[in-house]
Amino acid sequence: MTPDRTEPSPSPSPLPLPLPSPRQLAVPALSLVVLVGASGSGKSTFARTHFRATEVISSDFCRGLVADDENDQSATPEAFELLRYIAGKRLAAGRLTVIDATNVQPDARRPLVTLAREHDVLPVAIVLDVPEGVCAARNASRADRDFGPHVVRRQRDQLRRGLRGLSREGFRTVHLLRGEGEIADVGITRTPLFNDLRHETGPFDVIGDIHGCRAELEALLDRLGYTLGRDEAGRAVGAAHRDGRRVIFVGDLVDRGPDTPGVLRLVMGMVAAGAAFCVPGNHENKLLRALRGRDVRIGHGLAESLAQLATEPAPFRAQVERFLDGLISHYVLDGGGLVVAHAGLPERYHGRASGRVRELCLYGETTGESDEYGLPVRHPWAQEYRGKATVLYGHTPVPTPEWVNNTLCVDTGCVFGGSLSALRYPERELVAVPAAEVYWAPARPFPANPEAADAAEWPAAGSVAVGRRDPEVLDLTDVLGTRVVETRHQKRISVREGNAAAALEVMSRFAIDPRWLLHLPPTMSPVATSTVADLLEHPDQAFEAYRDAGVAAVVCEEKHMGSRAVALVCRSLDAARGRFGAPDDRAGAVWTRTGRPFFPGELTAELVDRLRAAAEAAGLFDELDTSWLLLDAELLPWSAKAGQLLREQYAAVGAAARASLPVAVDLLEQAARGGREVGDLLIRTRSRAANAAAFGAAYRRYQWPTDGLRGVRIAPFQVLASEGAAHHGRPHAWHLDLADRLVAADPDLVAPTRRIFVDTTEPESVAAATAWWTELTAAGGEGMVVKPAANLTVGRRGIVQPGLKVRGREYLRIIYGPDYTEPANLERLRERGLGHKRSLAQREYALGLEALDRLALGEPLWRVHECVFAVLALESEPVDPRL
Amino acid sequence: MLLTIATTHPPARDLGFLLHKHPDRVHSFTEPMGTAHVFYPETTGDRCTVALLLEVDPVRLVRGRAGPAGEGFALTQYVNDRPYAASSMLAMALKDVFRTAMTGRCDARPELAATAIPLEIHVPAVASRAGSDLPRRLFEPLGWQVAVATGPLDPDVPEWGESPYLDVRLRGTVRLAEALNHLYVLLPVLDDAKHYRVGGDEVDKLLRAGADWLPSHPESELIARRYLSHRRELTRSALARLAEVDDTEPEQLDDALAGAVDLDPPDRPLSLAEQRRGAVLAVLRSHAARRVGDLGCGEGLLARDLLAEGTIEHVVAADASARALRIAGSRLGVERMSDSQRARLTLIQSSLTYRDERLTGLDAAVLMEVVEHVDPSRLGALEATVFGYAAPALVLVTTPNVEHNVRFATLPAGAMRHRDHRFEWSRAQLRAWAGRVAAEHGYTVRHLPIGPDDPEVGPPTQLAVFSRAVAA
Repeated sequence: MTPDRTEPSPSPSPLPLPLPSPRQLAVPALSLVVLVGASGSGKSTFARTHFRATEVISSDFCRGLVADDENDQSATPEAFELLRYIAGKRLAAGRLTVIDATNVQPDARRPLVTLAREHDVLPVAIVLDVPEGVCAARNASRADRDFGPHVVRRQRDQLRRGLRGLSREGFRTVHLLRGEGEIADVGITRTPLFNDLRHETGPFDVIGDIHGCRAELEALLDRLGYTLGRDEAGRAVGAAHRDGRRVIFVGDLVDRGPDTPGVLRLVMGMVAAGAAFCVPGNHENKLLRALRGRDVRIGHGLAESLAQLATEPAPFRAQVERFLDGLISHYVLDGGGLVVAHAGLPERYHGRASGRVRELCLYGETTGESDEYGLPVRHPWAQEYRGKATVLYGHTPVPTPEWVNNTLCVDTGCVFGGSLSALRYPERELVAVPAAEVYWAPARPFPANPEAADAAEWPAAGSVAVGRRDPEVLDLTDVLGTRVVETRHQKRISVREGNAAAALEVMSRFAIDPRWLLHLPPTMSPVATSTVADLLEHPDQAFEAYRDAGVAAVVCEEKHMGSRAVALVCRSLDAARGRFGAPDDRAGAVWTRTGRPFFPGELTAELVDRLRAAAEAAGLFDELDTSWLLLDAELLPWSAKAGQLLREQYAAVGAAARASLPVAVDLLEQAARGGREVGDLLIRTRSRAANAAAFGAAYRRYQWPTDGLRGVRIAPFQVLASEGAAHHGRPHAWHLDLADRLVAADPDLVAPTRRIFVDTTEPESVAAATAWWTELTAAGGEGMVVKPAANLTVGRRGIVQPGLKVRGREYLRIIYGPDYTEPANLERLRERGLGHKRSLAQREYALGLEALDRLALGEPLWRVHECVFAVLALESEPVDPRL
Repeated sequence: MLLTIATTHPPARDLGFLLHKHPDRVHSFTEPMGTAHVFYPETTGDRCTVALLLEVDPVRLVRGRAGPAGEGFALTQYVNDRPYAASSMLAMALKDVFRTAMTGRCDARPELAATAIPLEIHVPAVASRAGSDLPRRLFEPLGWQVAVATGPLDPDVPEWGESPYLDVRLRGTVRLAEALNHLYVLLPVLDDAKHYRVGGDEVDKLLRAGADWLPSHPESELIARRYLSHRRELTRSALARLAEVDDTEPEQLDDALAGAVDLDPPDRPLSLAEQRRGAVLAVLRSHAARRVGDLGCGEGLLARDLLAEGTIEHVVAADASARALRIAGSRLGVERMSDSQRARLTLIQSSLTYRDERLTGLDAAVLMEVVEHVDPSRLGALEATVFGYAAPALVLVTTPNVEHNVRFATLPAGAMRHRDHRFEWSRAQLRAWAGRVAAEHGYTVRHLPIGPDDPEVGPPTQLAVFSRAVAA
């Protein structure tokens, strides 16, 4: 949920036109506006005039909701409970809210101030002070307000008594309007919050904690392409980028290091010139208090700053004080896509303003515990972060910046001898300069040379180790319940709660580690039902379907007689560890359509290694500039996975048929010889006996003995993704060519995928492909899959089916039963409905692609897992399993 | 599916009178799932054979089903042995077709109907899921000589072994009506069908058909139990559909509840499961835990005991299986609970693969017979969510002690106690795991036996009690 800070979308209730008024009341764009005024003072009219109807919550309205009577005073407690509830929902969503109630008593206002604080928005009071007579006259004109003038008098007394205390009650802005004239004569101006820089779209260079390391800062700015401006004394006082890039400093400019004044001079110059933004760190906060003569404990390098500043002229110190005082806790930039805060910031505080938010921005959230070095243990907010905005921060030095759920700490401990880092935004490139020396000994050992810094050497501090690379943690709320997944190719896809529940069980009881499980293949629809005499499926319908969808070039790939498999193959164990965490300490994984491993660990490792060697020999890693490959494949034989099903289901059916049908045929023949009229029954029974034999022949092709990997084949037909790239935009010819190279590298293991390219608008081409299919299936083949040759194809009505399977007549016996070919049965089976299956195939495909796109973009694990989980959940939707 | 009945009682053709079916004609009857045909392959003077052939319509078998039409059934509903193997469907057809004969009424040959005559019955395909000696156990006490034969599962794939279908021949001197009743009741028992549902009233009918002989039958309990236990419908739950996506059998996935080998000797006063719950409660009492999580609560047996403890203020019962939770909910009577009782229980679907905030803030978490259902490669995730994230003051882990398995007579050597067990640990293995986990997450651990602590192989179940070390 991204709070929509000031501009509700897409079709909000209309904002009243601003009146050309001489006096404008400033109201923060995100605030809780509390109207204060006696009954009849014109609050509702005022609210209507200046705010959207949906922004105003009136106590009368809420009274009506809970008691069917807007004036039923006995319902007041419930009405206010409801009012605060609604207001809370709006504020949580980042929407300005106006409370239309008398609010004349401090006791009535207090819960509203509390509510505003809970949501870290600014409370604003607008007081309408109207003479008693006017109020009374208005009330008298309304039939539903039958209370006497004493009520208004009392309210007005309470209001006046409370006026002086409003700001003490917590209202940051108080507007007092006296009399009808003043009230009628004002307008409302919504002022953006100071932290709202959404109109600033960058590009930016976000620089981590500097701590007085001026030389490194100058070097870094130079590396980033900035030209330093210097004063007469040669001191850097500004920097500008040739392309107009700007810097954002994450704070902690000061303390500990050798030249805090120099850093401040440069940063202040850049900020003043509009070449940089700066948020404060905890060190700025403390320095400011020290400069103002407050009683602060001098430590953590503050003494150095004060000593260095003491040698500066007083005007400079005053300038520093003003600068520090003016720093805004955090910024929301780039349309809400980027948030910068010194210690990071959970999503619900983005764009909010309160003392609490400022504290969080400066110091971060701690658990209240300390680690073995006496440093506070930090709450792992980044692990829990699920927001869309990229959050960049500093505060806790890390050896190497690591993305955690779209957040990045750019403090690489320069003052401790690490380096000074910047992140280029939106490019997401890191640029760093090493520290010239160790300026300050850290409380906790800090690896001096970031190149040599191995995450494993970084000391773990308590259960939530700062800086240690924690495996990306998935939360139940990432997957459970009714969900809507936003995909780029097919908009929003919903998952029902019951389906998610089923998927959760399979995911947690049977699937491999989610860090491996980066993709699940979608289900595939069969072609429309054939009208050819004894067939249920025929290639004609596939070519027709694609031609009608505007697709001329298609590829027919043989349908392997195995199980769909996804293989993640890393170039080395190190690569697997670095990129995916190598959950089971192997260099990859191979999994089924529901995320189960095909083989036990050792055998999987062997299979992955063979694939790795083949990919290495074929040069795929280098060519795709990647340390891993995600392959879409078919694993053969089917019996390797479904051996039990083959034996207990298919072979058993065959055995039962073999045991009973020939006996029945014998008996019927005997009866026929005895002169009984068994005619049709005997013919039918003979035919069924033949069907059963054909059924046996059909399933037998799906099994052969395997021993370890011996006998196992894998037929890759698509490279789903590699580092930084998803490959569904590449034509199938490209994919199949890579697959062929894998076959060439290890022909014993890797099986080729036979195919034929077809122009659906050329009858000859279509006929050739049909003949190919006929030959393939006559020889016992399962059939073929027809796909748009270009791969992902989007037509006028969304994604074109990524593939249509055309299954062979004999293969379908094991799907539809031995006797499905009997004309009477076939006739009825033709009535199959494909709509749901097609829609499911499309949705699962879109989700699968989304997982790959997110993976390629380096998005956090939960974002990838969300899609993978959704595919599994959709697979549990009820659909005819024979399709 | 097929059966034949032959007699040599002269004149053999009189079998037609007994059955009320003329030997020279082919009789066809419409049945719910197809057509039943009665014909006589053989009517010589000294021998007469009648055949009942039920021609199942496979499409109707699927579409004609009562129940969630349109929901779609498991793939096994489309490709199965029902058209071939003798089952309750054949029994139903038998009853429809030979209704009068089964009552023993025969106006044309009343004495013959009342006479035990030599009969030979042949059922060429009977499922043997229940074991190949079952035909003998069922029919011999009723006076039949039983011959059972079997063939290969697939003659072309010899390594697959024997067919699960039996060719059963019965020979005996029995009244025909009785013989028909025997078949009517016992064919479905033999078949042990998973697919064909028997309605409640049918069960009554079947048992009535066996009223004369069933009570004294040595296997009467098994016969009755079969009927009652196999009324469970195999509808396609969302979970079953996922099994099928991966070409596995739905039962293989939906085993969160059943499937444990029955290991308790009948003479033991407390079952092992009860002892486990007892030991767990004892530890919880000794630690005065108030908020207790039952992680992997299954059907809620432990949760029920926890709720009965007055000192426990709140129980969080969690399981990954939505079905287990439904059963737990109804067992615990969640719907009938008062508000104050209801407020003590949180029953939630959760998973140890995912961090779950609802599992935080517990005094104690119990993982009773849970870890052994987790793949060794996924144990790390369990450790992180339970010990690292939820981090209750107390964690109780019970798990089988594999050393003790040799003491279970019914457990084949080397077999695990439950088909979903991913491993079973020895005492040393549990200690090693527990020691490492405790060290990594700041707990201390102690070990307790559950059940009789055998001097040689230890107790049947082992309990590890983790206590979070108090920060200095």
